[in-house]
Amino acid sequence: MTDPLHLASFLHNSAVQTALWIGALAAILNGSIGIFTVLRQHSFAGHALGDGSSAGGAVAIFLGSAALWGFLGMAWLAALAMGALGLRRARERDLATGVVLGATLGISALFLYLDVSSTQASGATVEVMFGSIFALDPQLLWPTILLVGVAIALIVLLYRPLLLIAANPDLGRAAGLPVRRLELLYLLLLGTAAALSALSIGVILATALLLGPAASALRLARRPWQSFLYAQGIALTAVLGGIYLAFMSYYWSDGASWPVSFFVVLLILLLYLASAALASRRRTKR
Amino acid sequence: MFSSFLLHTWIAATLLAIAAGSLGYFVVLRRSAFAAHALPLAAFPGGALASLLGFAPLWGLGGFAIIGVLFLRIFSLLGRRDVAMGLLLSSFLALGGLFLSLGREYAARVYGLLFGEVLGISSASLLPLALLVSVVLLLLLWQFPILLLESTQPELANAHAISSARIEWFFLLLLALVSAAAVPVVGTLLVFTLLVSPAAAAQRLSRRPYHAWALAILFAELLSWSSIALSYWSNWPLSFFVGVQGALLFLFSRIFARS
Amino acid sequence: MPAFSVSTDPVLEVSNLGVRLGGRQVLQDISFTLKKGSVSALIGENGAGKTTLLRSILGIQTWQKGSIRVLGKTARGQLSQIGYVPQKIAFDPYLPLRTRDLVALGQTGRHWWQRSDTAAVAEALAAVQAESFAEQRVGMLSGGQQQRAVIAHALARRPRLLLLDEPLANLDFASASRLVELLGVLARKQGISVLVTAHDMNPLLPILDHLVYLVGGRAAAGNVAEVVRSDVLNRLYGYPVEVLQHRGRLLVLPENPQQGLEIPCHVHEHLDQHD
Ligand SMILES: Nc1ncnc2c1ncn2[C@@H]1O[C@H](COP(=O)(O)OP(=O)(O)OP(=O)(O)O)[C@@H](O)[C@H]1O
Ligand SMILES: [Mg+2]
Repeated sequence: MTDPLHLASFLHNSAVQTALWIGALAAILNGSIGIFTVLRQHSFAGHALGDGSSAGGAVAIFLGSAALWGFLGMAWLAALAMGALGLRRARERDLATGVVLGATLGISALFLYLDVSSTQASGATVEVMFGSIFALDPQLLWPTILLVGVAIALIVLLYRPLLLIAANPDLGRAAGLPVRRLELLYLLLLGTAAALSALSIGVILATALLLGPAASALRLARRPWQSFLYAQGIALTAVLGGIYLAFMSYYWSDGASWPVSFFVVLLILLLYLASAALASRRRTKR
Repeated sequence: MFSSFLLHTWIAATLLAIAAGSLGYFVVLRRSAFAAHALPLAAFPGGALASLLGFAPLWGLGGFAIIGVLFLRIFSLLGRRDVAMGLLLSSFLALGGLFLSLGREYAARVYGLLFGEVLGISSASLLPLALLVSVVLLLLLWQFPILLLESTQPELANAHAISSARIEWFFLLLLALVSAAAVPVVGTLLVFTLLVSPAAAAQRLSRRPYHAWALAILFAELLSWSSIALSYWSNWPLSFFVGVQGALLFLFSRIFARS
Repeated sequence: MPAFSVSTDPVLEVSNLGVRLGGRQVLQDISFTLKKGSVSALIGENGAGKTTLLRSILGIQTWQKGSIRVLGKTARGQLSQIGYVPQKIAFDPYLPLRTRDLVALGQTGRHWWQRSDTAAVAEALAAVQAESFAEQRVGMLSGGQQQRAVIAHALARRPRLLLLDEPLANLDFASASRLVELLGVLARKQGISVLVTAHDMNPLLPILDHLVYLVGGRAAAGNVAEVVRSDVLNRLYGYPVEVLQHRGRLLVLPENPQQGLEIPCHVHEHLDQHD
């Protein structure tokens, strides 16, 4: 039987299976939390958290401990620092984020260098910066399911108050919401999302997964909850499609497969452009 | 530590710090730290392509940084500016990753491009760097008052028939040039520390424009010189010292300005 | 300056309030009370502390001296009784909330994952005549429409005290008088106590019961007949003010601004506001 799409070998490959599951979980979480990141214009902070978690990943590889906890620990630490430092004054936020980001990047430069020179882990840079989704440890799956499950449950419970304080924090305060605690919760969820996607599709591409699907969904949604579903759908399409295309590229380009991250970002960009076109067509029709 | 081998690094870093410090003044004034982070990353695929096809990296870096500016302007028209910035850096890095994966020395190249290769600076690359830096500096000095006015009081500038869009183009193109020049030295990821930290510290300490501007250049020089020296002695990567000392500089300036 | 007559059940009672902000005494010794179903205006120039006072009543702003009681209790426990419309409202066009959703978010007193009370939402939308744009995104509405959406948001919790910060600043002449009319109806028919801040009291005069003047961080309070008199206003503003009566309505004007070269700065700000 011929199988030009190689679907059978794709789905029966255990490395691919792990990649699909973890990629899907990261996509669902990033799509949802990205809604708040785009609304709050926190793109730089979201990106910085992903980059910052890379320092944790590099340290974890150096210490020989599980990368997941390195990524997560650093992202949560950075999220708490951001909450303490500069949520209030937006003018300062940009600079403070940039300076902290510079420091964490410097630290990850050091530990990646140490990783390479002391442990012969020559792939550490690539692993941390671009992710290595086909080489993920299947044991990561359960902690990831747990983290994403808890995060999604919190978002489902709290998306309405979170939307209100993103719209106008004073309206939230007047409605009796604990605005500071909710903002901190959002930052911790953002850190979790950044760490997970940094681990799966790599630190820098995490930004596209966080922002692209959410920004596309916010254009198209007509109801509050729709924006979350659309964002999750777009993120899932991009990640799963990207993994499949990367797998297929092995057959197209005799042996040298192209990186997953390239295809994921390409799909995110195309879907973003499509949503812009769709939204403008909808507007002219009306 | 002043051997001819390292001499190139000293000269390159000194030139670069002048450009980064002076342009950084406007990066901070215009609150464009994200742009200063994203554009060097946009240059990244240029370096990767250059190493794949074997031409001088400066051309690749410069070319892609300018393409990055185009991308940014177009995507800013389509939606949010900060989202455009995030998409720019992700997509260009992904492209760079693709180019590198097509080549041979994948891992080593990635590290070098992202975090810099101080010892990789040849005497042949110093001349274009010097030219680039002087062009940036001349353009900045020429447009200094207009840029200053538009960055601090855009409405007033518009009333004087200064177009904000044109100033933004001008600023981003200068940023692209500096990024291209700086990437081979400190790497894509830490160009922006050199742009942001010294200028942010300088603006904390002085309110007078030319004074703060000169202070930013001075801080940038101190930051890069001390980083090179420390990196030489410890054998640790240069970008580690740039990143951490940049953060310390910013912290000290805040404490100092408050007291 | 005579204080408000003490009513049997004051909805809001502010006494000896003192607020410091950034090392400056912004409000000092502020005392006044609001009665059920009354409309009061909080008047003062830019930076007089109007917003600060409203935020203190809500408990968003901490204060150093005095006390604020809403319906006899501290404000913190009474947030579900207070509706608040902030000064600057500009929703993001990306915000995925329709007017109806925003109004539903104004309800308090139930858990956030429970369904909203659709009757209260419909009632609030009807009160500000927002049915026509109920299904549109709030970020796509005009400034005045957004303001009405936020008033509906505040009404959705069926408050007994409504605080509005400069609600007339963004409105054209007709919309402003329609809003003033609405506030009057809310007070008279539903017994809501309304406190509105403004630079200019003229548009509010037809429905106004009481005035609270903020000058130099201190307040002078009284009812319309007591305060809207040229001698009292002269003292408060520190320059000559004329009170005209036209077809049973009051109008406050600076006296002959064309003749004296010194146009009071209050008027300057006024012109800036509306140009
Ligand atoms: N967070 C703050 N820190 C320090 N000072 C503040 C702060 N917020 C307000 N102020 C000062 O308190 C004073 C009162 O401000 P407020 O916003 O209450 O004035 P306002 O009467 O509402 O003015 P406007 O008519 O312009 O709205 C102003 O002088 C302002 O500068
Ligand atoms: Mg105010």
